[in-house]
Amino acid sequence: MGEFVIKMPDVGEGVAEAELVEWHVKPGDPVREDMVLAAVMTDKATVEIPSPVDGVVLWLGAEVGDTVAVKAPLLRIQVTGEDGNAAEVASLATAEPPAKVEPAKDKSAEAKPAAPPSARPVAETKVIQPEKIVERPALREPTERPLASPAVRLRAQEAGVDLRQVAATGPAGRITHDNLDQFIARGAQPATAPTGLARKTSTEEIKVTGLRRRIAEKMRLASSRIPHITYVEEVDVTDLEDLRATMNAGRKPDQPKLTILPFLMRALVKTLGEQPGINATFDDDAGIVTRYGAVHIGIATQTPSGLTVPVVRHAEARSIWDSAAELTRLADAARNGTAAREELSGSTITISSLGALGGIVTTPIINHPEVAIIGVNKIMTRPVWDGTQFIPRKMMNLSSSFDHRIVDGWDAAVFVQRIKALLETPALIFIEG
Amino acid sequence: MKEIVCKLLVIGAGPGGYICAIRAGQLGVDTVIVESTKAGGTCLNVGCIPSKALIHAAEEFDKVRHMVSPNALGITVEAPKLDLAQTIRWKDGIVGRLNSGVLGLLRKAKVKIVHGQAKFRDGKTVEVDTETGTQVIRAETVVIATGSEPVELPSLPFGGAVLSSTEALALTSVPAALAVVGGGYIGLELGTAFAKLGSQVTVVEAMPQILPQYDAELVKPVAKRLAELGVRVLTGAKAKSYSGEALVIDTASGEEERIAADKVLVTVGRRPRTEGSGLEELDLDRAGRFIRIDECCRTSMRGVYAIGDVTGEPMLAHRAMAQGEMVAEIVAGRKRAWDKRAIPAVCFTDPEIVTAGLSPDEANAQGYEIRVGLFPFAANGRAMTTQSEDGFVRVVARTDTNLVLGLQAVGVGVSELSSAFSLALEMGARLEDIAGTIHAHPTRSEALQEAALKALGHALHI
Repeated sequence: MGEFVIKMPDVGEGVAEAELVEWHVKPGDPVREDMVLAAVMTDKATVEIPSPVDGVVLWLGAEVGDTVAVKAPLLRIQVTGEDGNAAEVASLATAEPPAKVEPAKDKSAEAKPAAPPSARPVAETKVIQPEKIVERPALREPTERPLASPAVRLRAQEAGVDLRQVAATGPAGRITHDNLDQFIARGAQPATAPTGLARKTSTEEIKVTGLRRRIAEKMRLASSRIPHITYVEEVDVTDLEDLRATMNAGRKPDQPKLTILPFLMRALVKTLGEQPGINATFDDDAGIVTRYGAVHIGIATQTPSGLTVPVVRHAEARSIWDSAAELTRLADAARNGTAAREELSGSTITISSLGALGGIVTTPIINHPEVAIIGVNKIMTRPVWDGTQFIPRKMMNLSSSFDHRIVDGWDAAVFVQRIKALLETPALIFIEG
Repeated sequence: MKEIVCKLLVIGAGPGGYICAIRAGQLGVDTVIVESTKAGGTCLNVGCIPSKALIHAAEEFDKVRHMVSPNALGITVEAPKLDLAQTIRWKDGIVGRLNSGVLGLLRKAKVKIVHGQAKFRDGKTVEVDTETGTQVIRAETVVIATGSEPVELPSLPFGGAVLSSTEALALTSVPAALAVVGGGYIGLELGTAFAKLGSQVTVVEAMPQILPQYDAELVKPVAKRLAELGVRVLTGAKAKSYSGEALVIDTASGEEERIAADKVLVTVGRRPRTEGSGLEELDLDRAGRFIRIDECCRTSMRGVYAIGDVTGEPMLAHRAMAQGEMVAEIVAGRKRAWDKRAIPAVCFTDPEIVTAGLSPDEANAQGYEIRVGLFPFAANGRAMTTQSEDGFVRVVARTDTNLVLGLQAVGVGVSELSSAFSLALEMGARLEDIAGTIHAHPTRSEALQEAALKALGHALHI
């Protein structure tokens, strides 16, 4: 018998620590080679850690939400076989730097490498195992009496708690005073099931970890530092939609289906060329605004674990089809959690679209340290007065926020009006000069 | 006579009853206790306490007697003699002290004591025949704690030379030849004592093994010591009658044998005392001969509780006490239910046997995968220096979690390990907990730690 210690992998880019965001296993679980054990996150990239061996998880080195230093032990796996020297190195699912695997210094394993496993009495070899495995919460047989000290049992009786319902974390599945406290704090549910409407008094505390914590930090930063000015304008996209329909109808098989976003991106590139002050970041600690020649457009994307912003780099150098293809690729990568770190950072301006969900106005929060964000609202057919009659037009609102420290209201309005003009007469997007 | 009306009425002032009454009194419950004889019950008057006094005296005498001949310690003693009448007076003195101690504790807890035989009129009303007439007591809650009494054999009715344990503890002269019918713990405790006092003792046991409730490993040192003491043990044998000079038995091989005996001690068990106090009319549900109770010691009748020997095995004073305490708290409005993990049992033979929790066989029968650690006193320094190296401590634990399921020991003085055994089980100790606890050296208790280490595979002194 032997142990493998899996350490926090070096996830590159000079990162010294990473946040553990998910355990896929718990102590006592059997694992197979290549099974995903955990997910860790640096900045915005999530890296999965696969098991390099078959065995049983003995110990977890961190809790979800903990920040773990690179090379610190992350978990230990007991492997069957004569020793723990099969130091094979498995690569991570993302093809990121591999998890380092080291054989544990298990003396019994090293001392008797040649002994056949069955040669020793079973009792001898089994001694190690229970010490480790019992650290998991109790999994009691339903008929077994709960294991707890007399003091805990007395408190439970007085509180009317059935100890069989209480999760145990003590050794050998012993229910501790803390376990009982937690159970009582959560509020034991009455045994009788109420019918009809009933008051619910339970609360649930959810630790803000991983991506959610990063989103929260980023939003707090943006909201507390940046005085937002939000400007909403409606855009007649009837002609744009006609063009889009025509282009989609005539696209080649290898070309992606166009949405409104590639057009908006092209319009942005054109407008930003005229107003470079909006394609910028503001380091308010240093008091420096950095304007960029490149237009790296962040696309706010909803993923199962929360909001991420993959970046279409160098939008100024991309055609409408190219932009659309890159957009699709990045959105998929972000949703699947396979986006690389550099694909999730470095934007100079951001587009936020709630797409088909509807809503007439949003107040987008600027992606700090950028100075502008363009929010796209749903296209709806509305009656528009053309001077003599109401005609149905496809209308879309743009809700855009600007850092009012850097961008004056006048400039913001000019910027949005220019985009409006381009989108309403889409041919202008494609006309050079 | 004026009726007494109270919240709680306890019938029987044995260990269960008096503890129940004291605790109830402490909790401010208006309590009355009825006792027909002396406070303290079987345990204090004719059981645990007097037998231990007699066993102690017999041990002391036996030690001194053996110093007449040259011995390892180099002590010389000449012609020691025993005055059993004096021994019994000393024992009675201790019992008397404890009797008045119990009465004092009851009074201190403001419990009203009524002396006399209680008889149920109904589930709430009891009549007591006192010296001054019939006292009627009405109570909201009644606790039946009437205890147990020795079982009589039809072929050997108590009386004359046929003794129950009660009479054996009051003998003022040592019988020359004593036949003990029943090789359970009471018979062996008293048989051993009389053997040490000088009687020629024969034990007749119907089962294939003496102390049938224990496994052979635990019993072996006791059987060995009985042989050393010259006690003849006949297992698989059946007592038939007593002629006045000899006990007639059928041996294991089916032959009739006459065993010379001027006294016959019959210790074939105890039965609950459920007759003679109107309990029949209450018609409570029974579990065999015992009163059926639930986990709160409630009987089938509302407001009527039962505790102690009258409720079943094991018939042990400390079980009754724990039940009595619990019932008092329930009556006082506390939420309580029986949830004890272990009721330790001690057999004060020579050497003593103590058990708590599951034996290896019981653990196997319950489907546990177990590991067993056994540490012999022969490897214990303290045991060597007290000339008592027989016996061992044994621990039974689950293989998967090392949770201790049971603890057993046989050896001189091991009764005092009972607290460690019960504590380990009640606290849910694992082998590592016991192994990781420093046990003072040199003591016999080290064998407990070593047994745990042995089960873990790394005993240090063996």
